[in-house]
Amino acid sequence: MGEGAAASPQAHAAQAVALNEVVVAFRVARGQPFIAVERATLNVADGEFVAIVGPTGCGKSTLLNIAAGLLTPYAGSASVFGAPITGLNRQAGYLFQADALFPWKTALENVAIGLETAGTPASEARPRAQEWLKRVGLGAFGDRYPHMLSGGQRKRVGLAQVLIRDPKILLMDEPFGPLDAQTRQIMGNLLLDLWSTDRKAVLFVTHDLEEAIALSDRVVIMSAGPGSRIIGDWRVPLARPRDISEVKLDPVFHELHRDIWHKLKAEVVKGYAQAEGA
Amino acid sequence: MSRVTLLTLQVLVGIAAIAAWYVFSTYPVFGKMLLPPFFFSTPVDVASQVIAWFASGVIWKHLWVTLQESIYAFVLGSAGGILVGFWFARQPITAAVFDPYVKMVNALPRVVLAPIFTLWFGLGIWSKVALGITLVFFIVFFNVYQGVKEVSPTVLANARMLGMNERQLMRHVYWPSAMSWMFSSLHTSVGFAVVGAVVGEYLGAAAGLGYLIQQAEGVFDVAGVFAGMLVLAAFVIVIDFLVTLVERRLLVWRPAPADNRP
Repeated sequence: MGEGAAASPQAHAAQAVALNEVVVAFRVARGQPFIAVERATLNVADGEFVAIVGPTGCGKSTLLNIAAGLLTPYAGSASVFGAPITGLNRQAGYLFQADALFPWKTALENVAIGLETAGTPASEARPRAQEWLKRVGLGAFGDRYPHMLSGGQRKRVGLAQVLIRDPKILLMDEPFGPLDAQTRQIMGNLLLDLWSTDRKAVLFVTHDLEEAIALSDRVVIMSAGPGSRIIGDWRVPLARPRDISEVKLDPVFHELHRDIWHKLKAEVVKGYAQAEGA
Repeated sequence: MSRVTLLTLQVLVGIAAIAAWYVFSTYPVFGKMLLPPFFFSTPVDVASQVIAWFASGVIWKHLWVTLQESIYAFVLGSAGGILVGFWFARQPITAAVFDPYVKMVNALPRVVLAPIFTLWFGLGIWSKVALGITLVFFIVFFNVYQGVKEVSPTVLANARMLGMNERQLMRHVYWPSAMSWMFSSLHTSVGFAVVGAVVGEYLGAAAGLGYLIQQAEGVFDVAGVFAGMLVLAAFVIVIDFLVTLVERRLLVWRPAPADNRP
């Protein structure tokens, strides 16, 4: 478990997120329900950074939505810190792939809202939001509306919006997907930097294997859908703190990348074949 | 094109049109009047009529009546539209049940309701307000309904994950979204409030711009009709300008069509 091994003895008993034999199925108009994910078992320990990688449409985001409580599994069970998930997962913060900021609120209001909904008075929430904006490098942008910010800046606001609530678990759905390569790297470093201060459990979905290895403690691979399943689980033995651009030059990184890609490639090809056949 | 050039050209178009009107209604071309003053009046007559109205002050009363009717129609129609729009958007079953009736009433040309409203509410302002409401209500209703329905699912999911309850969702998500849709149709709905008032006055009233035009028409006073239209047009432009100011203030968060991003 790397650095997390020193955690309390019951850490194993109560995983931050535990998905047990989870099946995700969607009702279709006629006939058998469509099985998106087939019996997936996945544990994320407290303080662990786990990345899920898989071909497009394999149900990675679906698993994340189950962990968030936005979706109920068809079969199997899901729990957070040992308690089964009923309704929304109140311990989790969720960073979405698409723009999820409130367009009618300024950057500052967007960050503060997560505290205000919990009953913190605005006079107290605003200064804390300002502090968070500074931490993500947007201290001078508090009065901007989302449309006045670049894609990368919006992601920074989104990150601050989620982290200000201090969730125990961080769920991220291809959060840096729409960004260009340089911005992704900067955002990745920012994320690792923020994460290293208090080591939340992170479940990070991506289709970018390099990003997954560079960021996480564990990389989980899913097969192509429908009926996709977890087909691999690798520990990333790279030391922390990491710098994403440097870590990509490490021979360990290359070896791991080759191993995982070997397995993943077949699934990606399968995924394309199915998409074309459909 | 620079602002000054544009303004100059715009003014020139107006001057040319008025000049042509003046020439063809005053001087015969090849022995024939192209715009006989009996049917088309002349710019001079129209202008003197407008000046006479403002000089004697009679026009203020009519403007005030029309303005009052428009405001009442807009406020009441919008309030109803917002209320029902929210209600239907949050209660899909109710919306489905009422759907054919909403469509039916909306398909009805509202002018035919004017005589009924005159019967019900008399010749005073309220029959015009009622007509304006039937026009404004549907525009606001459809926009609010759409605004609540079209909230981005991601924004909604994000709001839930940030711990919002139903009441907070209403205040921080549905309401601003609905308002943005409503304000985007503000010009149309305000315009229709004025249309309702003027058409109502035209069909039977004791005061107002529509009444003024109808009275002039009744005695073949073409100059009066044109003068009434001129005042009405100016009235609508002023209101439209005010709406633009309000809109700019309320929708600062929306990207402008030609946004100069810093």
